[in-house]
Amino acid sequence: MNMLMKISDYLCQGDDEKVVQLVNQAIAENISARDILEQGLLVGMGIISERFKNHEIFLPDVLLASKAMHAGLEKLKPLLIETDVPSLGKVVIGTVQGDLHDIGKNLVGIMLKGAGFEVIDLGKGVAPEKFLEAAQAEQAQIIGMSALLTTTMPVMKNVVALVKERGFQGKIKTIIGGAPVTEDYARQIGADGYAYDAARAVEKVKELLGVIKV
Amino acid sequence: MRPSVKFLSDELLQKIVAEAKELLCTVGVELNNLKALKLLSDHGAKAEKEKSRVIFTPDLIETALRTAPRSFKLFDVLGNETHHFEGMAVYFTPGSAALYILDHQSKEIRHPVTDDYINYAKVISQLKYIASQSTALIPADVHEKISDSYRLYLSLLFCEKPVVTGTFTIESFEIMKNFQLAVRGSEEALRTKPLTIFSCCPTSPLKWSEVTSQNVMDCARYGIPVEFIAMPLSGFLAPVTLVGTLIQHTAETLSGIVLSQITRPGTPMLYGGSPAIFDIRYETTPMGAIETMMIDCAYNEIGKYLGLPTQAYISLSDAKRLDAQAGVETGIGAVLAALSGINNVSGPGMLDFESCQSLEKLVLDNEVCGMSYRLLQGIEPKDDFPALPLFQELLQEQHLLISRHTRRYLKEEIFFPGEVIDRANRARWKEQGALELEQRAHDQVQQLIRTYQPSRLPDEIKKELRKLMKTEARRYGQEKLPEGNRD
Repeated sequence: MNMLMKISDYLCQGDDEKVVQLVNQAIAENISARDILEQGLLVGMGIISERFKNHEIFLPDVLLASKAMHAGLEKLKPLLIETDVPSLGKVVIGTVQGDLHDIGKNLVGIMLKGAGFEVIDLGKGVAPEKFLEAAQAEQAQIIGMSALLTTTMPVMKNVVALVKERGFQGKIKTIIGGAPVTEDYARQIGADGYAYDAARAVEKVKELLGVIKV
Repeated sequence: MRPSVKFLSDELLQKIVAEAKELLCTVGVELNNLKALKLLSDHGAKAEKEKSRVIFTPDLIETALRTAPRSFKLFDVLGNETHHFEGMAVYFTPGSAALYILDHQSKEIRHPVTDDYINYAKVISQLKYIASQSTALIPADVHEKISDSYRLYLSLLFCEKPVVTGTFTIESFEIMKNFQLAVRGSEEALRTKPLTIFSCCPTSPLKWSEVTSQNVMDCARYGIPVEFIAMPLSGFLAPVTLVGTLIQHTAETLSGIVLSQITRPGTPMLYGGSPAIFDIRYETTPMGAIETMMIDCAYNEIGKYLGLPTQAYISLSDAKRLDAQAGVETGIGAVLAALSGINNVSGPGMLDFESCQSLEKLVLDNEVCGMSYRLLQGIEPKDDFPALPLFQELLQEQHLLISRHTRRYLKEEIFFPGEVIDRANRARWKEQGALELEQRAHDQVQQLIRTYQPSRLPDEIKKELRKLMKTEARRYGQEKLPEGNRD
């Protein structure tokens, strides 16, 4: 088995120590950083995504693989030219004002981090202003909101409206979720995205940011 | 701790057995088989040939119970061990000998043909939680005289799992035995590694037909395991009370055990049955009735008390389609059977008073069986003590999704059923087509038919089976067997 296949293989097993060790070895053997990334790490992540979709593996396997992927990527970063470094982006997330249910939101946070996004978690009971302020301050591209109560859902509408009002439409995208939230509701309030679970939230965020891989 | 359920107190159980023995030693059973009558009379029973009646002695019954094996094994067509019937071990097998198959497209029943049987064999080959196949369908596209042997023939060709089967006539035993000899190579090999179980049914109340009693003796001669399927009907052909029904079931089953053990001591047997209450409102015999299931579990306790491995027709339904009733009755039955430790559980796939098989239901029931197995594993500590370190990790990491503990025990601790059991949230379920259970099950059936791998039974044995079947068909004037019986 060649070096890059081995990297992909250990990544699939979620073995971050082995991945780092092999990435270092590959660098020492003068394999280009770009090849290590594209034919090693990313190939492994592709396999993992496919297996996860087919229910062959579970969430923990994906998170472990992501962890291994990022451990390897850290070693490559100094060697990659800037445009080659997969930059995924920043996401501000929170449970909306009046709502204290944050299990789903936390799971989304874990999954986004696992997928390589930088996540700024504002916690629960977050006011519309707070979402926008944080997104601006952190230069985040996405605001993710969660609600479990029908009574707190309108806060999402307020956030979407606020983003528009302040002229950030298109620059800061909004994505919503939570038990009572539907695709229709997202469309109705003008949110950019909706996801019915955490895994889908990651896909949706990638889609909104135009990230194909990683 | 293995969870379990019990219905009979020791005192009640012993009373039932004593009454059953008393019945056998006073009124005995009607036995319409001269050879069997002679055999029993030679061994000390009182046979009244003109009345076709035999009265047992306590000694005959005790001797039979002493020589009956307390456990036995089954082996697949390749000779690998698949079953060890003993103690509280539980194995599932599809409900056997359905006259009809439920057609997914039309939602109607129809007589099954060769292709249906082959599809059934392909599906059952791949169902993880159903350890054996049964000759579950009676193909209607062959001469009726070979409709029993033809099922076994197709089963042995297309699926490697051992087979729960039976004959419809005395004559069929010969060919069905010869198929098994072809697979194993010799009588001795077949005796050492049993491949099938033959169902042998007394007739209620307290009767044996010529055919089924002959089957008992024929199987014993070749060491082919049998399961006794007594079918008392509470309130009709048996007392309405569950205790009364159990007394009758015990007597009918014991009479079969004596006949089998006298023919050849040591013949492997399952203490089985298919009793039911009688629903006088509809004149039907509901297998999904809770009392039917209680009788099953209780006679299983009696079988275990007598030292025998057990069987029951349970985890099946009387529903006409794959509807909620089908799920409820099958689910309750499978769980009770598993908790009771019934060794061979016959039922999956079956609907409509044991008359109709459904491949879609088989796929669903496979998951029910999987859940039942999980249930039997019970609740056991797995690196849970002391608890502090794991909770420190939880509080620090905020979750345990990738904790070592989770990774180590996730798949062991949690049973993840297949796609037929819907666990998606509503939005995802809708996005995937809002499929109802029947459609999801059908999709899986189609997939299993596609992913089927032919049986690894050597080609020369398959050839020999084909030759035997052709010769048997010709005996009844059928020159050609239906197309499609090749893999």
